[in-house]
Amino acid sequence: MPEPSTRPTESRPVSVEVDRLTRRYGDFTALDGISFKVHAGEIVGFLGPNGAGKTTAMKILTCFMGATSGTARVAGFDVAAQSMEVRQRVGYLPETVPLYPDMLVYDYLAFVARMRQVPAAEVHQRIQDTCRVCGLTHRANSFIRDLSKGYKQRVGLAQALIHKPEVVILDEPTSGLDPNQLVEIRDLIKEIGKEKTILFSTHILQEVAAVCDRIIVIHQGKLVADGSVAELEARVRQEDRLTLTARGDADALDDLSRRLRALAGIRRVEHLRTQGPDHTLLLTADPGPHPGAAISGAVAAAGLEVVELRLEHLTLEDIFRALTATAQG
Amino acid sequence: MHAIATIARRELGAYFGSLTAYIVVILFLLMMGGMFWMDFFQGIPELGMRRLFADAPLFLAFFAPAITMGLLAEEKRAGTLELLMTMPVSDTQIVLGKFLAAVTLLIVTFSLTLPYALSISTMGELDWGPILGGYAGLVLLGSTYVAVGLMVSAWTRDQIVSILLGFFMCFALYVLDRVFNNSSGVLAATLEYLSSNYHFQNIARGVIELSDVVYYVSVTAVCLTAARATLAARRW
Repeated sequence: MPEPSTRPTESRPVSVEVDRLTRRYGDFTALDGISFKVHAGEIVGFLGPNGAGKTTAMKILTCFMGATSGTARVAGFDVAAQSMEVRQRVGYLPETVPLYPDMLVYDYLAFVARMRQVPAAEVHQRIQDTCRVCGLTHRANSFIRDLSKGYKQRVGLAQALIHKPEVVILDEPTSGLDPNQLVEIRDLIKEIGKEKTILFSTHILQEVAAVCDRIIVIHQGKLVADGSVAELEARVRQEDRLTLTARGDADALDDLSRRLRALAGIRRVEHLRTQGPDHTLLLTADPGPHPGAAISGAVAAAGLEVVELRLEHLTLEDIFRALTATAQG
Repeated sequence: MHAIATIARRELGAYFGSLTAYIVVILFLLMMGGMFWMDFFQGIPELGMRRLFADAPLFLAFFAPAITMGLLAEEKRAGTLELLMTMPVSDTQIVLGKFLAAVTLLIVTFSLTLPYALSISTMGELDWGPILGGYAGLVLLGSTYVAVGLMVSAWTRDQIVSILLGFFMCFALYVLDRVFNNSSGVLAATLEYLSSNYHFQNIARGVIELSDVVYYVSVTAVCLTAARATLAARRW
């Protein structure tokens, strides 16, 4: 892929293909027939509350666990029938970062590289390259047990990348990190994602918006949504909210409210607050194009001046709540 | 083969990178040394290491599980088993790599008692047969106990449970031939055949018979297969 960013995603080869994947633990159904595709070079966020089935899906994709029914292909190979081929092509960071605390970072990465069949002559160079990408160069000779949580997470990521996998699967790579570490790891994921297919799970909504091309939402073992942040937002949106800040005489507010309510597409008008001469109103409108000019006209007609008119975006929390609520019903 | 060696190498590095290996080796050598010198000073009128080899099976029943207790239990607890099991290596390779590492540690320990044999050989005409047999027996018996310990380690994520179960099973194998001491019959003969000590004492006499070797190899194979099956079961 010479120029991944200029090519539409759909035309790229499929690197993860999941078809009606189901996993039961006794009576409990952890995954209930989910299907999705991830194209090469995509960064896909696996979103869902704790216990939604994200980890189970990832364990199946990385060949740690078998599926009860359904199939999954990763990098072109079936996870059940061609397990070794899949494992060679996947980098995996499990939820519990799999580290040997008594090893040096370098020795640990060398161990993983050898196990991952990196040619012996290349191991040293590969460790150095991976350490540079993951910001570990100056910690390569530290014992893993002496590293901070953030650095341990980096070692976990380095481990998942050392054999240059086609697909990288990361299970909650940012859990338990402080805000600075969080940003660093996210940047790292974005950096890695320029070259590789990444599937990573999280229950933090801001994270998917910050990092992912696409979101797959899982709830109670079912896939409830699959699309970009904008698509999901559009799907959930029932009404738009606009905040209007107008400056002028407080006596004119009642007049303004009346004029605004009379406009087509405006459903409700609420007075939020007044700070000095500035009055802020919340307008609830039908979704779609907004009567911006008409609103400005109404403000002027009431003898006020527009300071700000802003469309409030739905937060991911709103989207998520709406999606998971429909799934329950 | 490559993967087995890589796993074994990492495991040996972990043994010698922590205190475990040193404590196990030193304690084992102290006890073997004690046995040797008691033999030596109690004036048994023959040159040999009979006493040492007579008690070694009992000590090994306690030392082998100490070596193996963490091999899989700790990997399960720490989550590194998930790493191993998603790498392009088979469950069999994982089990064999671990087995090889523990057996190597035992062989290193045994070889450190060789100076005893060499020193008494300077004192007179030494019958090497029983001594070589004794060492061969130690390696066979040690491998068997390691396999038992490894199997038990695959069953739990708790190292204490692992070592206690390992003790129990190795000790049970050791005392099996004493259950019906001096009695005859099919049951007594069966128990005797299943006892690890019975075969060890045969070999330590300096006569290595196929049936004794078959016993150790088959118990080892059964336990390693069980360990592998326990790992494989985690996939389903």
